[in-house]
Amino acid sequence: MAKTRIEATINGEPVEFLCEPRQSLLEVLRDVLNLTGTKEGCLTGDCGACSVILNGRLVCSCLVLGLEVAGATVETVEGLAAGTELVPLQQAFLQQAALQCGICTPGFLVAAKALLDSNPNPSETEIRYALAGNLCRCTGYDKIVRAVMDAAALMRQGQGRASSPMQGREA
Amino acid sequence: MHEFSYHAPTSVNEAINLLATHGAKARLLCGGTDLIIQMRAGTQQPSCVIDAKRISDLRRLSLDPATGLFLGAAVPCVEIYQNEAVASRYPGLVDAAKLIGSVQIRDRASVGGNLANGSPAADSVPALIALGAVARIAGPDRERTVPVEKFVVAPGRTVLKADELLVGMQIPLPPANASSAYLRFTPRNEMDIAVVGVGVAVKMSGEGCLEAQIALGAVGPTQIVAKEAATYLAGKRLDEATLEHAGRLAAQAATPIDDTRGTAEFRRHIVSVLTRRALLATAARLRPNHSGN
Repeated sequence: MAKTRIEATINGEPVEFLCEPRQSLLEVLRDVLNLTGTKEGCLTGDCGACSVILNGRLVCSCLVLGLEVAGATVETVEGLAAGTELVPLQQAFLQQAALQCGICTPGFLVAAKALLDSNPNPSETEIRYALAGNLCRCTGYDKIVRAVMDAAALMRQGQGRASSPMQGREA
Repeated sequence: MHEFSYHAPTSVNEAINLLATHGAKARLLCGGTDLIIQMRAGTQQPSCVIDAKRISDLRRLSLDPATGLFLGAAVPCVEIYQNEAVASRYPGLVDAAKLIGSVQIRDRASVGGNLANGSPAADSVPALIALGAVARIAGPDRERTVPVEKFVVAPGRTVLKADELLVGMQIPLPPANASSAYLRFTPRNEMDIAVVGVGVAVKMSGEGCLEAQIALGAVGPTQIVAKEAATYLAGKRLDEATLEHAGRLAAQAATPIDDTRGTAEFRRHIVSVLTRRALLATAARLRPNHSGN
């Protein structure tokens, strides 16, 4: 099948790539654009490891065709940090040890970013529902939820970067 | 995935022409949360995929005081529950749209796709039926309408012909004294498939029920309209005995099977429980001091 030239904006940069109809956005990101931060998990939309933000909405990139993103904006986990400077969400994941094997982490970070973009002060219950589409089979959910609460608190305090150790957590 | 051609038409006519060319080998792509999974598994192998999301009619969500809601087939769930005017008038539809999958799924999946996929457990379908929704179908010669309760004919099969597409659902505007609710039973709170789903819409006068619609999901090969329960409720006060009897009548209308998610006997019991609760939830929404959901 012939490849089509697609133009999109990925992590703020204009990007062009060639894509077959049968290639998913996940395949394009990983295999064509070498953005391997986005992980392949279940390929059925159940695990959320491949989460990206497409035109401002959180989606599973395994359930999007590459051709669908013509003219779209895509944000992946690579777009979070500025160079080596981690954003509060990433800092909070480290501080809370909110990762074990790490495969689910990019998806959780992107899903948490999508939540905090629309709700800067989520309750624990809201966080748990918002992250229900992301599975962690090392079962570290509590730490992940605490990390998102910490990151939200830091961001509300107007700290662009989480540089100081986070003490305790907001109830 | 297998090889296929991809098309992104911008009008219904263009899509109809593609269907005329490719016939049964073509599939419409809305949110892709069913179709892409089916294609990857090889259970659907269309030679032509028609992306419906650039067709403005299929992306339209519009509320008209005279004709009610038009819900384009490709409108994702998130746009339904984030629309306050829609949410306040069609709370039963919003209940269902908020329950489907995860955030990742609801940001893509459409109610039109949920209907056209033909699953007996589809969450949005009992809600649509209770609200009196009618499917608008475009074909090569003309547009036709089919009540949503007649749209699914068997698991995975609908009234859509190979050269037709679902444009959207027209849902009448509920009067001020009417409300709706959808409840489902799943073993988990999120990310699960209904073991039983019950959609109700009720028109009330004070504590008395003037008219009711009840539709059941996941308890038969297609969604089931619980006509006897609805007829029984007309003119009754929604007291405990009435609710219980209505639940019993709804359970009698169900034709569930035993499977890994629940036995037939359990499902029948849950139909009666959810019918009662959905009626109570709907009545509560009509009380003057009621706020939110």
